[in-house]
Amino acid sequence: MLINEFLLLGAALFAIGVYGVVARRNGVLVLMSIELILNSVNINLLAFSLRNNNVNGQAFALFIIAVAAAEVGVGLAIVLLIYRNKRNIALDELSEMKG
Amino acid sequence: MLLAAQQNVAQHIAFGIIAAGMIIGALRVVTTNNVVHAALWLVVVLGGAAALYLLLAAEFVAVTQILVYIGAVTVLFLFGTMLTRARIGRESDLNTPLRGIGVLVGLAIAGVTTYVLIDAFGDDQLPKDPLISSTQQVSDAIFGPYLLPFWALSFVLLAAVIGAIVLARKD
Repeated sequence: MLINEFLLLGAALFAIGVYGVVARRNGVLVLMSIELILNSVNINLLAFSLRNNNVNGQAFALFIIAVAAAEVGVGLAIVLLIYRNKRNIALDELSEMKG
Repeated sequence: MLLAAQQNVAQHIAFGIIAAGMIIGALRVVTTNNVVHAALWLVVVLGGAAALYLLLAAEFVAVTQILVYIGAVTVLFLFGTMLTRARIGRESDLNTPLRGIGVLVGLAIAGVTTYVLIDAFGDDQLPKDPLISSTQQVSDAIFGPYLLPFWALSFVLLAAVIGAIVLARKD
């Protein structure tokens, strides 16, 4: 298999995830788009791990999965807190810190 | 030789099906008007990624992906949706007015990375019979040279758990 098949799929997923982060205003959906981005990075890491016959890429992919799980936990707790305070999770209405 | 060629064709067909499913699922995640549907389409993408990890000879990472992402993260998303939402269903205000900019940014990133990747890796083949497929080597790497990051990650997870509890506590 060509390595570019995996890398181009990762690039497409990354671009779709960035679109989601920019275009969505619901906090939960933005977190989902971030998961898309992290998964595209993992695909790239594993493709390079196979190409270079080096197992470090797989170790990094496991670290990324663990950090992503922690990030989703804290992120959803923050979204829940925003909802409790404002009864709404539209991210573009959070402008209290605007100077 | 013939067997190897057949395996290669089968791999390509499997990759094509999985990749098409993942792209469609990802597009649905960022365009659908229903948060629960978005979470379920995300499962399609994450499962496709796990299948790709198997194609890339990383079986331990694939199993971890299924356990952590499909098992835990998706459930967290569904809980988050249901705790922050009075009703489950279609909604009209999920997108910002910046969709045009988002499309531009996404297309720019896709274009630049595609050009760079084709320029850099052209027709590079992945090795046919990978030398690194054993979970033992992964664990040797994590508990050998990466022991300190592993410890740090344990503290990150602990801090995340405590932080989530503190943030979501009612008082």
